[in-house]
Amino acid sequence: MPTTLLISGGRIIDPGQGIDKVADLLITKGKIAWMGDNGTAPSQPDLTTIDATGLIVCPGFVDLHCHLREPGFEDKETIATGTKAAARGGFTTICCMPNTNPPLDTQSSIDYVKKTAETEGAVQVLPIGCITKGRHGKEITEMSELAQAGVIGFSDDGEPVASSRIMSLAMDYSQALGLPIIEHCEDKELSDGGFMNDGWVSARLGLKGIPKAAEEIVVARDLTLAQLTGARLHIAHVSTEGSVELIRQAKEKGIAVTAEVTPHHLALTEERVMGSQLEKHNQLIYDTNAKVNPPLRTKEDIAALIKGLKDGTIDAIATDHAPHTLVDKMCEFGLAAFGISGLETALACLMSLVHGDQLDLKTLVSKLTFEPSRIIGTRYGELGTLKPGCRADVTLFDPNREWVVNSHDFASKGKNTPFDGCHFKGSVVVTIVAGKVIYKCNSA
Amino acid sequence: MKTVEPGPGIATPETLPPPSIAVWQHRHILDLDDFTREEIELVLETADAMAEVLTREVKRVPTLRGKTVVTMFYEPSTRTRASFELAAKNLSADTVSLDASKSSVTKGESLIDSLRTIQALGADFIVMRHSQSGAPYLATQHVNCSIINAGDGWHAHPSQALLDLYTIRRHLGKLDNLKVAIIGDIMHSRVARSNIWGMSTMGARIILCAPHTLLARGMESFLAKCQLPNVSIETDIEPALEDADVVMLLRLQTERQQSGLLPSLREYIQLYQLTTERLSLARQNVLVMHPGPINEGIEISPEVAHGTQSVIEEQVSNGVAIRMALLYLIAGGKNK
Repeated sequence: MPTTLLISGGRIIDPGQGIDKVADLLITKGKIAWMGDNGTAPSQPDLTTIDATGLIVCPGFVDLHCHLREPGFEDKETIATGTKAAARGGFTTICCMPNTNPPLDTQSSIDYVKKTAETEGAVQVLPIGCITKGRHGKEITEMSELAQAGVIGFSDDGEPVASSRIMSLAMDYSQALGLPIIEHCEDKELSDGGFMNDGWVSARLGLKGIPKAAEEIVVARDLTLAQLTGARLHIAHVSTEGSVELIRQAKEKGIAVTAEVTPHHLALTEERVMGSQLEKHNQLIYDTNAKVNPPLRTKEDIAALIKGLKDGTIDAIATDHAPHTLVDKMCEFGLAAFGISGLETALACLMSLVHGDQLDLKTLVSKLTFEPSRIIGTRYGELGTLKPGCRADVTLFDPNREWVVNSHDFASKGKNTPFDGCHFKGSVVVTIVAGKVIYKCNSA
Repeated sequence: MKTVEPGPGIATPETLPPPSIAVWQHRHILDLDDFTREEIELVLETADAMAEVLTREVKRVPTLRGKTVVTMFYEPSTRTRASFELAAKNLSADTVSLDASKSSVTKGESLIDSLRTIQALGADFIVMRHSQSGAPYLATQHVNCSIINAGDGWHAHPSQALLDLYTIRRHLGKLDNLKVAIIGDIMHSRVARSNIWGMSTMGARIILCAPHTLLARGMESFLAKCQLPNVSIETDIEPALEDADVVMLLRLQTERQQSGLLPSLREYIQLYQLTTERLSLARQNVLVMHPGPINEGIEISPEVAHGTQSVIEEQVSNGVAIRMALLYLIAGGKNK
């Protein structure tokens, strides 16, 4: 295993340092040692060189939101398979949601995840702890102890905290810890067991809809509570134009809010539920791989989400990687599980926005590296940067390499993707964690 | 009750030519959204021939001898199920009837596994009723049998819509430019959704009439997106009924009121019940239709339900002929 790596001739994009140039990057002893002009690196013994000509070299991606399913749902995913999927997707640090069984609401369950990740994980795993015990929304967890155990925030993801009182208490209590409350914004009474966006497609298919207001009501409530309490609030998987506008206004008021959006909410609309290429006289399908919560919305929402990313309203892109078994998805639409296995298609899906001139490459890299790292903070060292002295988490990707998604190739146990068969342009080539190459694309 | 006898010169199954491949492409019957006008006309013409069989003393032709039709009903049903089974028997098919509430479904078997089992037992046609929208579409992806949708969730009920078209055509000759008012719980109605497609394709003008809580919020944009300009929405019953050629009532399930979609049945009755007085707004020869089962005194007054303009019972009779026609057509016509 080489301890000394030279990544030569790539275009280095490091948004945290404002760097975008063709240069060489030297890694020694697991850390970034040097960055400089091509061919001028100080000579090293036992040097392994990676030719990165034509590739983007950037900090390893940081995912604020994924589901590793362990403990409790190991048939869907494990820490071992989920982190392998992360590595294939160019992610070197991933934050896992606590809706496991048991939920991550005690120190011992956090310890279990961290320990398992250390021994079996391919990439760094940072756990998120529950806001309320058992995710029942009744009593807040022992947040201080969870913070000591190493959580980077609190969330009952999959469920909102329905009670405004409990949410305000959670915000008050967490404030001293400096960690964000990460909210899955959904008024469950309004979404009322709906399956997809409430719109023309749900009306056509006869499926119960989830109105956008179900998200926006809780976004508005939480922003109000964040203002009241002064706590840090992070809005998970923003999906509507109205939510973007609410967050934008809150930021203008100085409320301590950050937000994330998923690749699938940026790439797909509600129409995807009817299949990928629907013509009026083709047979419909009810594609459970496009069933996700929050649901895929409309092209107006996508435009607002992209605008929000560009103007800084939305800080980060997070996958909400939600792996499920075949059985969970190969059933009636109404009975299928919500979620998309997203770690291994995230970059390619997002690159389609870059190739379509909707997002520039530097912004994209920033939303996958520097920005999510800022939300996590520095208790796990400085993430999302290529500064000398930092842990060498580096991702190399080819912005132009074309490939076709085949879920059977996924390292994730979750093959549930609406992108199966999609032709994408943009592919992760090498993923490096702490100076070690943990993934190398075979065909590169 | 209005009745129409089959006219002279109508083809019988023995004299019908096999369906032309150019017109008929369906192996499954899932909804009417993918039916052309020619295809619908072929079904209606074939149903005429089947109606003739039903007038015989021995209502049986050998068209589907040796074929097996399995009805799988995951929701209770009386008329649709009996109608399909009679249709299959009249065509000499073997029929197997599976009541999902009594089968291995209650032991946790998935829909796909149940379907595969039925296929392995030798089914040629599976007639499916399911509470989940889209269930028959899932079925077509996992078995080779022909799937006939006998109602899926809120989505579609194509054989009902076809028998509605057939009934209208027998009385009024054509669908073109007719004004059809569909009144009631549009949101949860698979009958309304299938009729939107079928009646539009056949040239009718359709008014969907319901309070907003019983209309899907996306209905208007659905009509616009799918280019259905002849379908409009009306919340008041009077303008919907005015000069209507056909009035179709939908069953109001009382749990809609219990779940808060309506303030009271009383107010619904006041606003939406089809009464003799309201019916006078429609054309004189208006047809009153209902897919059943009827809540007499709620969506329709007993006088209208059993009145001179009602063809509700005839709809049921026509259902057998339509379902015979569908089985006949997807089997490829005559014995091959």
